[in-house]
Amino acid sequence: MAKGIWVFAEVKDGNIRKITFELLSQGRKMAGKLGEELVAVLLGSGVEKLTGRLAEYADRVFWVDDPALAQYTTDGYASVLTNLLKEHQPSIFLCGATVTGKDFSPRIASRLQTGLATDCTGLSIGDDGVMVARRPVYAGKAFIELTYPAGRPQMASVRPNVLEMVAPDAAKRGSIIKVDAKIDPASLRTTVLEVVKSAAAKVDLTEAEIIVSGGRGMKGPENFKVLEELADVIKATVGASRAAVDSGWRDHGDQVGQTGKVVTPNLYIACGISGAIQHLAGMGSSKVIVAINKDPDAPIFQKADYGIVEDLFKVIPVLTEEFKKLLSEG
Amino acid sequence: MNVIVCMKQVPDTETIIKIKPDGSGIVTDDIKYVMNPYCEFAVEEALRIKEKQGGQAIMVTMGSARAVEALRTGLAMGADRSIHLNDPAFEGADGFVTAKSLAEVIKKESYDLILCGKQAVDDDMAQVGQSLAEMLNLPHVTLITKLEISADKKKAKVEREVDGGKEAIEVNLPAVFTCQKGLNEPRYASLPGIMKAKKKEVKPINLAALGLPADQVGAAGSKVKVQKYIAPPSRPAGKIVTGEVIEAAQKLVKLLREEAKVI
Repeated sequence: MAKGIWVFAEVKDGNIRKITFELLSQGRKMAGKLGEELVAVLLGSGVEKLTGRLAEYADRVFWVDDPALAQYTTDGYASVLTNLLKEHQPSIFLCGATVTGKDFSPRIASRLQTGLATDCTGLSIGDDGVMVARRPVYAGKAFIELTYPAGRPQMASVRPNVLEMVAPDAAKRGSIIKVDAKIDPASLRTTVLEVVKSAAAKVDLTEAEIIVSGGRGMKGPENFKVLEELADVIKATVGASRAAVDSGWRDHGDQVGQTGKVVTPNLYIACGISGAIQHLAGMGSSKVIVAINKDPDAPIFQKADYGIVEDLFKVIPVLTEEFKKLLSEG
Repeated sequence: MNVIVCMKQVPDTETIIKIKPDGSGIVTDDIKYVMNPYCEFAVEEALRIKEKQGGQAIMVTMGSARAVEALRTGLAMGADRSIHLNDPAFEGADGFVTAKSLAEVIKKESYDLILCGKQAVDDDMAQVGQSLAEMLNLPHVTLITKLEISADKKKAKVEREVDGGKEAIEVNLPAVFTCQKGLNEPRYASLPGIMKAKKKEVKPINLAALGLPADQVGAAGSKVKVQKYIAPPSRPAGKIVTGEVIEAAQKLVKLLREEAKVI
């Protein structure tokens, strides 16, 4: 009988990513409804110090430490996780819809011949005890609710920064169990030759809480300086629309949209962006949207919570000054 | 080198999506269908490999009769031949069963690598490439932005996009790769290409030809089931902040601090 809700604890730069705690928070609610345990599973090398934090949320923490897991590889992670899932037979297995989670989850689901819903924005337990996953389709122009008629565990990868992360129960301490993985490095079919980090060690768009984004209205690459100055003051990451990227003004990694990145910041400031459907697909989940555009008919104003119809080159520098004043007041 | 390209036909990204009143699906009248944009990168890369190394680029798709148009697009770009899985029994397939059906066909072909788009822009599931690799017992690399084949044609070196940077990965062939934007600029089909495409093979595969039992394909074999389609959450109407530049900026900052509470 499949039991337990398992959550993959993802590590980045030596810390557990926030999505893990969002999943554990939602997992705790679902475990309560099902009367099953909540388990966190952590893979890596030298990650023992991270287990305590997970034990504040989960009933049990399974932890695997192996040099072969220091660097993510599909084979390393998929094999270890699949073996653990086969051994323990949980009802549900959750991970973040991150580059890593999206890479291994279909592999595991196929190996276990079970169902997987990707990039979910909502999870719940139906009255029949089966999970229901809500997720966007057609770049968020519609949503579907899916359920799992066959295959266990029921798998879902979840979009970061959508589910709520709650504070852990201070009295709780789950048990921490070390698992021996015995990975044969020769079994890893891919070799990571090099990892190159982007020039600036800034917050990635997909994890940014505040984004300032520029579009065709920026008129040229040098003008993005104006957005960078605003971004510095409010601690934002700078994004771009497809128009700006295709014009060669910004890197593809900065693109927000259907063929770029899907972002979920608390605040998205769109400057000189008209708001094409494909752009909205990338930033429509933002909690608060501000649009600055001199065209009053720009579609972006339909989605924005606040808008200023004005030349962005007049507004942004003044906005930067006003934010500086506000933030220095403390 | 023989390259297999998995392709999907999807609604154009400009499409205004309407949900049927009973929530059972989307309204499909008046939709313009195209080759999935990420699959275009896969087709283009296959053609470049063919141009450099010789061999064939073979397209495989699972879809209804109209998917032939998307196959013809790929053939017009320069692919050599194509395979079209088409049967009412295949409808409603989830990622698992789609990969299983494609694998059943692909395992009968001789190939050096398989290219897929990173995701289809209709369901955005981003699963089939990885699942296909698992079912064919091949390694995979997702999100490739660069692909180099070794001189002995036995290995590939790829670059892939990760959070905050790139990874360079080496893998033995055969392998499956899912293609990310930035890999290449897909070519437009030329008029001669379009003419030649009319004579290139589109091999139909129905349930009987596929050789899988009916309960292992389509909705019947799927591991997830769509219960309903719903409209996206609506946002309350926004407000335009008026006034001269300085006044508007001040008002906005105040709203973001006090009302929206995001600064």
